[in-house]
Amino acid sequence: MSAPKTLYDKIWDAHVVSRDEDGTCLLYIDRHLVHEVTSPQAFEGLRMTGRTVRKPENTIAVPDHNVPTTTDRAKGIENEESRIQVDALDKNARDFGVHYYPVSDVRQGIVHIVGPEQGWTLPGMTVVCGDSHTATHGAFGALAHGIGTSEVEHVLATQTLIQSKSKNMKVEITGKLRPGVTAKDITLSVIGATGTAGGTGHVIEYCGEAIRSLSMEGRMTVCNMAIEGGARAGLIAPDETTFNYVKGRAHAPKGAQWEAAMNWWKTLYTDEDAHFDKVVTIRGEDIEPVVTWGTSPEDVLPISGVVPAPEDFKGGKVDAAKRALDYMGLKPGTKLDDIPIDVVFIGSCTNGRIEDLRAAAEVLKGRKLAPGVRAMVVPGSGLVRAQAEEEGLDQIFLDAGLEWRMAGCSMCLAMNPDQLAPGERCASTSNRNFEGRQGRNGRTHLMSPAMAAAAAVTGKLTDVRKLMELEEA
Amino acid sequence: MEKFEKLTGVAAPMPLVNIDTDMIIPKNFLKTIKRSGLGVHAFAEMRYDDNGNENPDFVLNKPQYREAQILVAGDNFGCGSSREHAPWALADFGIKVVISTSFADIFFNNCFKNGMLPIVLPQEQVDLLMKDSEKGSNARVTVDLEAQEITTSEGEVIKFDVDSFKKHCLLEGLDDIGLTLEKATAIDSFEAQASQARPWV
Repeated sequence: MSAPKTLYDKIWDAHVVSRDEDGTCLLYIDRHLVHEVTSPQAFEGLRMTGRTVRKPENTIAVPDHNVPTTTDRAKGIENEESRIQVDALDKNARDFGVHYYPVSDVRQGIVHIVGPEQGWTLPGMTVVCGDSHTATHGAFGALAHGIGTSEVEHVLATQTLIQSKSKNMKVEITGKLRPGVTAKDITLSVIGATGTAGGTGHVIEYCGEAIRSLSMEGRMTVCNMAIEGGARAGLIAPDETTFNYVKGRAHAPKGAQWEAAMNWWKTLYTDEDAHFDKVVTIRGEDIEPVVTWGTSPEDVLPISGVVPAPEDFKGGKVDAAKRALDYMGLKPGTKLDDIPIDVVFIGSCTNGRIEDLRAAAEVLKGRKLAPGVRAMVVPGSGLVRAQAEEEGLDQIFLDAGLEWRMAGCSMCLAMNPDQLAPGERCASTSNRNFEGRQGRNGRTHLMSPAMAAAAAVTGKLTDVRKLMELEEA
Repeated sequence: MEKFEKLTGVAAPMPLVNIDTDMIIPKNFLKTIKRSGLGVHAFAEMRYDDNGNENPDFVLNKPQYREAQILVAGDNFGCGSSREHAPWALADFGIKVVISTSFADIFFNNCFKNGMLPIVLPQEQVDLLMKDSEKGSNARVTVDLEAQEITTSEGEVIKFDVDSFKKHCLLEGLDDIGLTLEKATAIDSFEAQASQARPWV
């Protein structure tokens, strides 16, 4: 009998084209997702060398980072550089014959939301994209990670990547989550516990009862931020939740092919006694709704906490914390739920799916945006937007005073006009609170959609459970 | 790709931990469709004030570090976004070597595709090089990839590890795609076998 394997080992082994003596492998790539920011130089490289796209039928392109999210966006992109970049993707997709969802297509959206939605992402696949949040697709039990533009060109030309195998890391979330605690709180809490370099050199497999109990949307939120924990990828073994989500999607297998696929997919789990190089276990019951206070995703605290002092840290983190507090305009000892906010952003590949919008709407229903706060809800795809409108969520947002936008990456990285002004403080459902991420000198606090909605109502960082209690009372 | 063999130059200290790729090249400069010309925007938000004037306190604006070719950096350098614009910007500025206790995975790989050498060393050795780099432009450091050695301005020699395949590609300036296309037959047969085993893909 062969040695017990992890899920990662199994997917890896099924995709090795060749292995060199030093262990460097050529890994076959099943799906290549492409967006407008990290691909123009790669297509240009192909043109300059006279190379073609090896598998255009397995290559999917969609503009998302630069696109405007205002409802009048059909009139075009005002910023010239953004327009050129989106036009370049239009032309490259056409010239090289890859699948393409232009801005005008209702299926357009954030690449990591469109891929699963259209059934491009399937269990056991290798999926890459010139974007670090490719980790999202790991929720399906697919080995999915971000690559640089040189590697984008490499995959376009060869459908392979030169890779060394990562180590195996297990993150187990046991038990049940308490009310008001969501997938975003899980993934932020893991990063808070392990640090942003905690997963470096590893592929994380998330497991345990709390992970199993999550919907596909929640699992995507967890895996999405594996990269913020430093891991190359995050994985969750596929199960009935996965199969039910995939079945019937446009590019999912049908009929006999579905049966054949299911036979393989059901073998995609970590064998008993398989070796993990690193193991982290967190009790689901111990996870609270969390927010970030600093400028690194590891700067995570329960909302019941206070802003820390630099002396609370060790080594290089002391200076980093000093710098972060200065940038964030925060004083040590301030209660987190006393911090006022100016802006609320609900969206992104982390939290722009239908379940996220439902969670935000549940909090916002019958309530109003706090005076002086501006807030936008940006669905992750045109189809998420349509679904939300069918459920009447758009009306809840509009009635509460939030803006209801078109699909795109938007204020998660502020490459389009959706940006923070200097000094503005944002309750954001996105994935990075880096300096300048949402606009130069903008200040980001990461949190779940329910927590962002609670902040929208009160105008400050707020424990969403307090609003939930009000509802119950 | 440009070869990397041996380099002697000024090392600049950047002790801050978790320097992310948003810091190395802010998103407003990702709208380019070219690889070149990003050096002037490297570290833009730390390097320039709101009016676009140089911030005199930023290390690479100081006279002794303007020609730096080596960065000695805090832990977890290059975390965050996969943007290859980060190594493009550093390389265009003139940085060919970055030394730290750890790097984020994608940034680390991206460096090698652009003739740059990221070096991982234990904390004590990074501390030593950080101290050496604080001496400024009179303290020149040598990085020899073939020998896998760093020589400090004091003549102290530090050995470093590097993946043998990546080292070979850097020394020869090899194009990955060209190398992989030599294995086209292996890719063909993998595809033939995979289309039998997993026809739904």
